[in-house]
Amino acid sequence: MSTGAAGGGGGGGDNKLYVLLVGAAFLGGGVYAYQTVRGDKQRYQDRLTEIASRPNKAAAGQPSAYIQSEAPAVEATETEEVHEQVSEPQAAPAAEESSPPAPAVEESSPPAPAVEESSPPAPAAEESSPPTPATEEPAPSETTELPPAAEPVVEASAEEPAEQPAAPVVEDAVDSAPSPAKFPSHAPYLLIGGGTASFAAARSIRARDPGARVLIVTEEPDLPYMRPPLSKELWFSDDPSVTDTLRFKQWNGKERSIYFQPPSFYISPEELDSAENGGVAVLTGKKVVHMDVRGNKVQLNDDTEISYDKCLIATGGVPRNLQVIERAGDEVMERTSLFRKIEDFKALDKVSRNAKSITIIGGGFLGSELACALGRRSTESGLEVIQMFPERGNMGKVLPEYLSNWTTEKVKREGVKVVAEALVKAVTYKDDKVEIQLKDGRVVKTDHIVAAVGLEPSVDLAKSAGLEVDSDFGGYRVNAELQARSNIWVAGDAACFYDIRLGRRRVEHHDHAVVSGRLAGENMTGANKPYWHQSMFWSDLGPDVGYEAIGIVDSSLPTVGVFAKATAKDTPKAATEKSGTGIRSESETEAVAISPVASSTPAPTVEHHKDDYGKGVIFYLRDKVVVGIILWNVFNRMPIARKIIKDGEEHADLNEVAKLFNIHED
Amino acid sequence: MSSVREEGKDRIIFVTKEDHQAPSSAELVEEDPNDPYEERGLILPSGEINWNCPCLGGMASGPCGTDFKEAFSCFHYSKEEVKGSDCLEQFRAMQECMQRYPELYPQEDEKERQESSPETDQTTQDSAPAEMSTPNSTSAPVQDSNPTPPSAPADPTPPPTESLGES
Repeated sequence: MSTGAAGGGGGGGDNKLYVLLVGAAFLGGGVYAYQTVRGDKQRYQDRLTEIASRPNKAAAGQPSAYIQSEAPAVEATETEEVHEQVSEPQAAPAAEESSPPAPAVEESSPPAPAVEESSPPAPAAEESSPPTPATEEPAPSETTELPPAAEPVVEASAEEPAEQPAAPVVEDAVDSAPSPAKFPSHAPYLLIGGGTASFAAARSIRARDPGARVLIVTEEPDLPYMRPPLSKELWFSDDPSVTDTLRFKQWNGKERSIYFQPPSFYISPEELDSAENGGVAVLTGKKVVHMDVRGNKVQLNDDTEISYDKCLIATGGVPRNLQVIERAGDEVMERTSLFRKIEDFKALDKVSRNAKSITIIGGGFLGSELACALGRRSTESGLEVIQMFPERGNMGKVLPEYLSNWTTEKVKREGVKVVAEALVKAVTYKDDKVEIQLKDGRVVKTDHIVAAVGLEPSVDLAKSAGLEVDSDFGGYRVNAELQARSNIWVAGDAACFYDIRLGRRRVEHHDHAVVSGRLAGENMTGANKPYWHQSMFWSDLGPDVGYEAIGIVDSSLPTVGVFAKATAKDTPKAATEKSGTGIRSESETEAVAISPVASSTPAPTVEHHKDDYGKGVIFYLRDKVVVGIILWNVFNRMPIARKIIKDGEEHADLNEVAKLFNIHED
Repeated sequence: MSSVREEGKDRIIFVTKEDHQAPSSAELVEEDPNDPYEERGLILPSGEINWNCPCLGGMASGPCGTDFKEAFSCFHYSKEEVKGSDCLEQFRAMQECMQRYPELYPQEDEKERQESSPETDQTTQDSAPAEMSTPNSTSAPVQDSNPTPPSAPADPTPPPTESLGES
């Protein structure tokens, strides 16, 4: 405290007042500073204690089971800061976890308010094991071990001050917890990625190598499932619980799940080594981050290592996004979704029920299918569905212009507002709406964006494994036998392979994933067969447009289309009409080719064209050889199409070739 | 009569039923039955069983795969008058296994099975699978063939005895 030297006169009262004010300010400042420093010191101490306990918690949190049981702790948001701090490392994985554990925690938190963080997860862990049937067995076994350990600790430390429990509880949890590596350290057949190609390979391996032990390692929390229904059949289901059951009706009326096999098909990773007849085990929620080709082993994101004899990389890809959206800020990003996985389907379904307007950017398969699916919903709910793309019409890169235009008209009939030749310039969030500005000046206002602008193949392992990445098509470069290097094969979306007949390419279709996965599996068991059986693909855009295709179907190639002249009887009918859409390629297995009932309504004529492209076949040519074929509303003829491409002959008159398809018959 | 139109590089032809009545003059390359690259049906040219045939679905790869393979192999090579009558033990073992996984091998009616699994009925020279008193063996392929069928159908040979409209 200073006392201004008031003595000496000069200024008298003013001076005194001045000194008093300065003094008071000084005093106030000093008191404030002192308190702040003290408070900071206290906070620092708190923080140090938390950090000390955090590394232990993080280590214990590695096994997926832990993440599942700890995750709820984040959502429970206990009043104690401690919870928040420690749960932070798990916040990211927590976001991916299913919601069932969360309600479990919320129920348990009231009864145990004063207890440290491990106890809410403990009861939650017990409750979380039922809600997570899809995970492999290690999960339940780990969680059940946690509660017993935590309980005695809970009782003991309930009396201790809030900060202390963190450390001892965690240590106990770590001791009682099983070591993170609850799966085999060696897998004779290691499949990286848990999608269609991987599953097809697993099946192939098991068929050819009796008693084979196959380990699938997947980032996703789900067992292998098929993707096409996510943008088609599931949206047409009448079942309100379809987002949970994930079941759909096939073209033959039979219902099935999108999962290739129920959980009972698989064995748990721990059983893999000991199972008498081997089996297929799936390790979910794990990512392979490093591959040591020399040592024949891989490293997972939790630092565990798995060695292999034969390895398949079937990592697929991640959806691309538009740069303008990524740079547009959080508010736009929060209202933008990509679409590929089950969680994306669930999220979009939810959005479609709440939003008033959804815009899909992208005019290819996925974009058009989603637009049609949502468009159908729009008739019931009043949802506005907009689809924008740079091409002139839907499927502009696949279908020749006249057909692309025709398709676009059909899509519009499904209730979609199509904005063609749209190049996105900027996206902003304004007045509670997402505003998309196009380069030509048009503006589209919407609530939510779905970006379906392509797939980026996942080649993260290329560097560590020393694998070649293709610069033209992306993906891992492999030979005709799908081999990248000795003991390493690649299949599915991520494989840029050499097609003996059609040249080097990379194919992003479901049937290709199956065919290439199966081939890789065969070659991993010694077959040495090249890619020869041409895969096909299909698309359904509403009840009127359905087509199957094979080979290189690129609209920049010259095409020859042969169409049946429309008669009153020729209503464009797709297998969709029978009983909901079905996995088109499946229809080829069924010997009974169910001919769709001929509707009595006359073919709807396109407004300004006298010819209706009801059904026909379109040939794509490269140097006069047919390299691609589209079967437009004609079904069950894929084998003929496959044969023509396989032959690779020059045909003088394609009309004669078209005769082979009998397009006038059903 | 057919009409032809050109739109840039694309040619469009409209044809009536009459236009397409005459047989096609397009020539297709003769198939080589021993082509090593081709996808095979259930029975390989060597006479062995192709366990990887899409027509089998997941039968040979599932938890009961081994039992299935043993039973079916025994049946396939059986020289008895009533084919497979010497394989009852293997079939029993397979059925026992399948009963442990009802989710994978649903117990359906014989009749329903035969209707829904025509491709396995006619798939091979051995139509016995359908006749055999192991209900599940025929229903399971149907169950499984759907999952990864995408390539199954793509396979022209599995039902060689029936025409899917191809050569």
